[in-house]
Amino acid sequence: MNETKKRLDVIGMPRRRVDARSKVTGQLRFADDLALPRMLHAKLLRSPHPHAIVEAVDAEKARQHPSVKLVLTGQDFPVPFGIMPVSVDEYPLARERVRYVGDPVAAVIAVDEQAAVEALALIEVRYQVLRPVSGPQDGLEHPEPRIHDYGEQGNIHRNQAYEFGDVDEALRNADFVAEDLFFYEGNTHLPMEQQASLAFLDQDGKLQISSSTQNPHYLHRQLARVLQVPESRIRVIATPNGGGFGGKCDPGGHEFVVCKAALVLGRPVKIGLTREEVFYVHRGRHPVLLKMKTGVTKEGKLTGMHLQTLLDGGGYGSHGPASTFYTGVLTPVTYHYPRFKFEACRVFTNKPACGPKRGHGTPQPRFGQEVQLDKIAERLGMDPLELRLKNLTKAGDLTASWLRVGSTGLEDCLRKVGEMSSWKAQHGKLEKGRGVGLACSTYMSGAGVAIYWNKMPHSGVQVLLDRSGTVVVYCGATEIGQGSDDVLAAIVAETLGVDTGSVRVVSGDTGITPVDLGSYSSRVTIMAGNAAVQAAERLRASLAAAVCETLGTLPDRVVFSQGKVFAADNAGAGMSFVEAVTMAEAQLGTLSAVGSYSPPKPPGRYKGAGVGPSPAYSFSACVVEAEVDERTGWIHVPKIWIAHDIGRALNPVLARGQVIGGVYMGLSEAMMEEQSFRRLPEKLSGALVHRAPSMLDYKSLTALDMPEVEVALIEDPDPNCPYGAKEVGQGPLLPVMPALANAIFDAVGVRVDEIPVTPDKVLRALEAKAAGKAARVGPESYPSVPYPEPIFVLPPWEGGDGNESRKGGEKRAAAAMV
Amino acid sequence: MAAIPERVHLTMQVNGEAAPVSSAPYKTLLEVLREDLGLTGTKHGCELGECGACTVLVDGQPVLSCLALALECGGRAIETIEGVQRGPDLHPLQAAFADCGGSQCGYCTPGVIMTAKALLARNPAPTRDQIREATAGNLCRCTGYQQITEAIESAATMLRGERP
Repeated sequence: MNETKKRLDVIGMPRRRVDARSKVTGQLRFADDLALPRMLHAKLLRSPHPHAIVEAVDAEKARQHPSVKLVLTGQDFPVPFGIMPVSVDEYPLARERVRYVGDPVAAVIAVDEQAAVEALALIEVRYQVLRPVSGPQDGLEHPEPRIHDYGEQGNIHRNQAYEFGDVDEALRNADFVAEDLFFYEGNTHLPMEQQASLAFLDQDGKLQISSSTQNPHYLHRQLARVLQVPESRIRVIATPNGGGFGGKCDPGGHEFVVCKAALVLGRPVKIGLTREEVFYVHRGRHPVLLKMKTGVTKEGKLTGMHLQTLLDGGGYGSHGPASTFYTGVLTPVTYHYPRFKFEACRVFTNKPACGPKRGHGTPQPRFGQEVQLDKIAERLGMDPLELRLKNLTKAGDLTASWLRVGSTGLEDCLRKVGEMSSWKAQHGKLEKGRGVGLACSTYMSGAGVAIYWNKMPHSGVQVLLDRSGTVVVYCGATEIGQGSDDVLAAIVAETLGVDTGSVRVVSGDTGITPVDLGSYSSRVTIMAGNAAVQAAERLRASLAAAVCETLGTLPDRVVFSQGKVFAADNAGAGMSFVEAVTMAEAQLGTLSAVGSYSPPKPPGRYKGAGVGPSPAYSFSACVVEAEVDERTGWIHVPKIWIAHDIGRALNPVLARGQVIGGVYMGLSEAMMEEQSFRRLPEKLSGALVHRAPSMLDYKSLTALDMPEVEVALIEDPDPNCPYGAKEVGQGPLLPVMPALANAIFDAVGVRVDEIPVTPDKVLRALEAKAAGKAARVGPESYPSVPYPEPIFVLPPWEGGDGNESRKGGEKRAAAAMV
Repeated sequence: MAAIPERVHLTMQVNGEAAPVSSAPYKTLLEVLREDLGLTGTKHGCELGECGACTVLVDGQPVLSCLALALECGGRAIETIEGVQRGPDLHPLQAAFADCGGSQCGYCTPGVIMTAKALLARNPAPTRDQIREATAGNLCRCTGYQQITEAIESAATMLRGERP
């Protein structure tokens, strides 16, 4: 960073985001707002069965419908897709098997939507119904029929175990071991915008698709694979997403269908999913059953944790291999566990595929961890805030599992949120029926490893500049509402000393922008941001070299600020930015620079060490206040306080919005959101159906339900991050669910070890308490899961080198012989 | 029973101008606005009147355009987000949403702004609770509503001619 410029002009200033005007005027074009002449419309026929063999698809009558131009079936798509190379298990249209109610089987392309819907009814599909797997336990008990012919065994998709140091010993040496079972129900993203796509052949005959996708780059690769079209003949434009939250990360069957139809027909083809279809596409929060054993000393020090998770994966792989890891790997980042063991199993079931939702796999174990800590504090008679302070990881620490913590502001977050909420005066001291609960969390600022293995940068930025003074930033990052365009504009504007009004951002277009992996894992600010800093600094260096002689100073003494370029020791003189650009363009020719970013190599070297590392982690601490009506179990949340360690807030208006929005989404899933299923009665087929595939039934918090959120941004710039900015899009969601459950305990003395925490569960726990039974509602047992022998790695402080340790294996072998 | 006509003709007043439309009789006001008049600023989110993304004003009242048949709207005054702007300038509500962070992904924004406009027309000085009640039918998944409430409060102050 330029030594001569300590003061920031753009970064850190509350500012209208660069795309705000188009949003408040309705000018912004989302995918479904696009239309082209001679455009056709596609509709999908979806399976009514959760599990069946597709014996035959007869589409003759549909093809004869006068308004129908094309009918596609599974036979038109011989090549499967999958976002992760290890789980390529899905076809745009099912070929031989359907795996959930809603799995697409055929597509009709017609002159209008109405005709397409009519023609869907003319398609006859002969199914041979198979026994559906309703949940992970069912899947473990019934390895046959297999939902997929790959995976670990039977209906187990992924099964893994890691042990960092001898955890049994750590638990034996503790003064006591807390052992708990938790369940976290699945829920879905519910973005306000339903997915839509428009595909056509451009003037050169190349395929172009505009789509509401978070990951145009991955979609581009999968389109080339499935359609057998060279990548150079495909252009994917990610339209601004009307909310993503992870739900638009996977390629969708509908995207392949409109592209294929455009290739066959040579006409534009559009599809817009209905809300019901969006519930079927899903890829949301995995339902997870957890078993958590934690060793504690009487002083309140944690000695180790043994965590077991069981994931309900749904019908396809999706991001499942990563999700499985995430139900454990970030658990030891907030607190120091000298030893850590983590076993996880993901089972295929006949429900819509689960995948990444905001927080991806981590809210479930975080909920268990933070509720269990509350129980431990109670048992020790210790303030839950003090217990947490006692166990925090420190900046620069490695975890037992070899994650590098980097910067951490969690202690500041805890102290700040304690102060804001008057924690000491409130916790355990409010009248019956009112309580406060505390929880912490952390999240990655970008995953350290790409979804497909490669040595190329994770993000690229090109900045173009000309004599008009206009700065154009090209980057493949996708604006999904989080403000990624604003991040790019702010960083480039700050670096070149102009205001964001002079910057135009062109993003999310694989035809013209450098590759960025996409809007997932909270990676855009740090990765695209660092690439943007590099590109802009290179351009600034060119400008400085071109003007320094005129300014009578050295290149590194040239200051760029507020549209002016001047010598550091002569701020009164100098020239305008446009004059500087003109001078540089005359000397150097056309002005442009690129920047790229690759994350640092993770310290762990064992197989699987690639999931969890990040260049920087954000931290949050949250206090929820709850009121509980003991007669009805009704829960009211009047206030939430949250402190988030963001490194630096690039635009405080947006940062605060991300925090409050994360808290909202967390509270909504804590209190009411459920993507749940039920079996129809046997006489009605016994099928497994979605309970609530509509917004009428799937409830989320409204403006009336949402409490006031008081936000503190903890700013201590992180050296790995652009202008010090860490992530804020996902972290603040994570502590809300456990903080609510802990607040309910503080209010009425009952534990709900399950998400969502609903009035009926609170009431059941109160009734159990009144009857003298355990004042708890939650899972009662954990099934027998055939976890594999763990990969044993010694923690850094036990002489490990980050590799799998033979020593551990030998020790176990010796133990087995005894 | 008389045959259902293939197309119906009607004229609405849309954003202050006569808009003659010829469309299929089953089309909703939302579909006619988006597909026949090209006014795509009005969004759709649920198809059953739950999310509020399609809110427009009909004779000044907020209406869910996905539940209204265009046929019912002949001769009536429709206002959409495209009619809110004041020439090249933003309406104070639009400016406040932009400045206060009331719009993140922007998908629910047109609907909320139309709801807020109707609220401020009948109550120029709403309390926060009144704002929350008025906008409770507009779902937003990004903001957590707080900055929306703040934006409407700020716009109300501006519209009353007071200094914010």
